[in-house]
Amino acid sequence: MSKALQQLLYKMADDALIIGHRNSEWTGIGPMLEEDLAFSSMAQDKIGHALALYTILHEHLGQPHPDKLGFMRSEAEFTCCQLVELPIGEYDFSLMRHFLFDHAELLRYEMLTNSSFLPLAQLAKKVKGEIKYHVLHADTFLKQLARGTEESKARMQSGLNYTWPYALGIFEATDNEQDLTAQNVFTGEEELKKRWLEKVSLIINNAGLTVPKVEESKIVYGGRKGYHSEYLKPLLDEMTEVVRLDPSAEW
Amino acid sequence: MNSLDPRVQRLNMAADTDNELHTNSHLITWEVFHQEKRGKQVVHVGIVHAPNPEMALILAKEQYARRGKTTNLWVAKTADVYTFSTGDDDMFATIPEKTFRDPASYKVRDRIEKFQQQNNLV
Repeated sequence: MSKALQQLLYKMADDALIIGHRNSEWTGIGPMLEEDLAFSSMAQDKIGHALALYTILHEHLGQPHPDKLGFMRSEAEFTCCQLVELPIGEYDFSLMRHFLFDHAELLRYEMLTNSSFLPLAQLAKKVKGEIKYHVLHADTFLKQLARGTEESKARMQSGLNYTWPYALGIFEATDNEQDLTAQNVFTGEEELKKRWLEKVSLIINNAGLTVPKVEESKIVYGGRKGYHSEYLKPLLDEMTEVVRLDPSAEW
Repeated sequence: MNSLDPRVQRLNMAADTDNELHTNSHLITWEVFHQEKRGKQVVHVGIVHAPNPEMALILAKEQYARRGKTTNLWVAKTADVYTFSTGDDDMFATIPEKTFRDPASYKVRDRIEKFQQQNNLV
């Protein structure tokens, strides 16, 4: 059980840390002042979620200190999905990733509010409101741009088509998951994916865009097993550049 | 003179070019009001740029409610706010002298407190 639980916590934490770092790359170059600040603030929330999850790993499952987990692990030890590693690209891509990822995150935490592993259930209740805003932000922007000009609609649709196979990779199966289901820790990726598809399809359709077909998607797996895109390594190098100058320094 | 718009500075644009960034014509401004607790008054805190009320609210949330306690935000179109002319502020000029309108300045409060103390009523 504790192996499967560790895997769950690690992948959630790694997703949050990496997407938080990626989205923070918009700080200072966002499309408008207000959005620059809003997107940066949400990125900071994600880093906070990662810290909370690494802290649970440290305090309840005997894993190393959160700083070590975040900054001193190699690429292959990360189990984030490849979706979160991709460079920020144009804003249409970053918004679409934010939309698809955050809906999965919200539903995952909603499922976890009933988890038998109490530290996770408590965290899920605590961050629910924060992620509710993230999703509202994403939905509002999606609607606005999908119903904006011809160009904005086309860009959102192509952003969606590009991001979709990566987003489905969020739900990559991990070994031992049945242990989590059996002990009522987490209902599982398949169930999460089902709920996610239902939810995002509804919003995408309402916004006048077309949902790509799942069965025709070349889903990008590998992240949960430590296989990553070419983009993760440079991200980790940059993120840990300062801390590696002197790993023993007190901050 | 260089533009104060950071986007223009970042993009290294000449300020005198007729650039769309200067006008922001597709966005209007919204006045933002912040409410700290349920039942307390909402207080004007600033503006945001947005094309519609939904966008104004989601942007206002991070501009004005990411620190400190908040229970709600209101937004209203700047164009829907009506004001006096700034030149008419002489209408308010003598108000600071009318201290009799300020309940805090009533002398009778002191006398009530003195009476209460003398008669052990507090």
